[in-house]
Amino acid sequence: MRSLSQRLRSRFTGTPIQTWISGFLVAAVIERLVGDKIAALLGMGTVPRLFGVRYILTKPILIPSAIVYLLVIYFVPIFVVAWLIAPLARKMPSKFSMPLLLVLLYGALHIWSGLDEYRILVLQFILIDILLTVSLNLTNGYMGEFSCATGGFMAVGAYAASILTVGCFVTDDVFGPPWLPPALVRLGFPIGFPIALIIGGLASALTALAVAIPSFRTRGDYLAIISLAYGFIIKSLFENLEVVGGPRGFMNMPKWADLPVVFIWTVIGLWTMRNYVSSILGKGAPGVRDDELAAEVMTVDTRRVKVITFLLSAFWTGVAGGLFAHVMGYINPATFGIMKTATVMAMLYMGGLNSITGSIIGAVLLRFLMEALRPLEVGKWILIPVILIIFMIRRPWGLISFREFEFLRKEVRRAPASD
Amino acid sequence: MPLLQIRNLTHWFGGLRAVHDFHENLEGGEIVGLIGPNGAGKTTIFNLICGIYRPTEGEIFFDGENIVGLPPHEITARGIGRTFQKLRLWRHLSVLDTIKLAHFSRKKYGLIDALFWTRKCQKQEEEIEERAWELLKIFGLTEYADARAWDLPYGLQRKVEMVRALVSEPKLLLLDEPTVGMTLGEMYETMDLIREVKERFNLTIIIIEHRMKVIMDLCERIKAIDFGEIIADGTPDEIRNNPRVIEAYLGKEEF
Repeated sequence: MRSLSQRLRSRFTGTPIQTWISGFLVAAVIERLVGDKIAALLGMGTVPRLFGVRYILTKPILIPSAIVYLLVIYFVPIFVVAWLIAPLARKMPSKFSMPLLLVLLYGALHIWSGLDEYRILVLQFILIDILLTVSLNLTNGYMGEFSCATGGFMAVGAYAASILTVGCFVTDDVFGPPWLPPALVRLGFPIGFPIALIIGGLASALTALAVAIPSFRTRGDYLAIISLAYGFIIKSLFENLEVVGGPRGFMNMPKWADLPVVFIWTVIGLWTMRNYVSSILGKGAPGVRDDELAAEVMTVDTRRVKVITFLLSAFWTGVAGGLFAHVMGYINPATFGIMKTATVMAMLYMGGLNSITGSIIGAVLLRFLMEALRPLEVGKWILIPVILIIFMIRRPWGLISFREFEFLRKEVRRAPASD
Repeated sequence: MPLLQIRNLTHWFGGLRAVHDFHENLEGGEIVGLIGPNGAGKTTIFNLICGIYRPTEGEIFFDGENIVGLPPHEITARGIGRTFQKLRLWRHLSVLDTIKLAHFSRKKYGLIDALFWTRKCQKQEEEIEERAWELLKIFGLTEYADARAWDLPYGLQRKVEMVRALVSEPKLLLLDEPTVGMTLGEMYETMDLIREVKERFNLTIIIIEHRMKVIMDLCERIKAIDFGEIIADGTPDEIRNNPRVIEAYLGKEEF
């Protein structure tokens, strides 16, 4: 037995993450092909949507079936595939590793979610949450400030992008026929939508400037208070803007943010933010957090770093808001309240500060919990905070903080350590 | 043209006069000591030179330019490096990142370059990384490159801070109690290090220190201050025998 575990370990140590994603891809294909038959055989009416958690929570008699299903469909294929290709994967030239990773990951997600509309929706939410959490990490993790403006930034991005898409490309009760000539309306999805999202992000960054200027003169609680106020102001602003539906909400957005679109935007967002925090410009943010005076004396333009970091965070939060609006096709001000901010914060502090890896894990984990524990209804809001508290006690900095997965690191160049 | 010229420097903290009519003329190439009892205003003078405080009155010319009112990062970029009395290293950064971050004013790329990691950004990052490694090599710190500076032993932390101050290629280096909290052995090592960097980087150094051994051995000229005012200025021997210095600071006994 010991030799088996040793062999397993030596086979899997240092295997790149692509190996596991390939395994998941194969598992998703198998589920697509025979998932329903196996589920029926195990006495489950339908294929478990989120790894059988619903069955486990609502029908205890089906717990063994759910576990068998997980083993047969997921664990066994994943491990077998990973075992088979691990030696091959280690030899892969690093040049291809990132594109391959993205293709494999998207393929796996596409096939896995193709079985069920609900899975697609959960994945879209997870991807948007990842974008939100990494953005918040820039200010609250890397820069060590405390911003509570996520909901507000999201709202500005969502409404700005939605007004543009509804106004320009759709026939709407309030905005009338499309503002643009029909020839351009047809280009709405490939060209108009990205532009609308970017303008949404820029609008959000512009309002962030109004928060940044008064609050970054000093450090400390100012940003927390001002950003909290900002969130409430934005929310009541949209509640009182009748032209976008006031508290009833704004609808008619084309549902352009399908899974591939959300995936691409999340990847672009993570890529730019990863680059930023790896550059010397972006490393100014941890410098400000750890010792602002030392940073200033060591030639770091701290004012500029603080404003840029905050605005970048606001930009990507705004883009995420725009994506959210075009996933749902409907938004209302209540969606972007303090609850939204608190959820993203929970994802951040659970996942880990100063780490993109941590943010991804936190967002996936918490969103998964929130969806999977739905059958518990109100009990969900007791269980999730308890889980959070346990995390905070065991790991106050979050699950993975100040470290990155290898594939998320940006190495400029490694000089030999010895000579 | 003198390297550093301070005229009539006065600074008030509210109703407290921390520095009064301080003046200094540094031609370049010397090591000057700044001594005085605790609270005499030594560190305040450093903070005024670096731009952390803006002096109530007076002028500071560095390389012929008045630097009063400039933000600290610009003053440092012009060639004034410093270390701190209490270590001020960045807690979560590795030694390599610490040295790289001190290159902030050398990078010329903007936000867009950083976001998309353009060739311009890559090239400058490579240059800075290379330079950081070179500095680490000179000071024998390569093996600690990936360790967090905070996790290093005290003596090495001091060394990292010194290297960090040298990144901007300063002409003037301000050392605020470089041997505080050190053992005798570490103190001698630090003195050798100071002499070495002075030669290698062609520096002018102002050093604040309470250990007379360090001051008397290293400095060519010493300024003693008390209550923010200069009470003596001269060679180590002159200072040692100056009655005002003995009364205010050194004490009557033989040291």
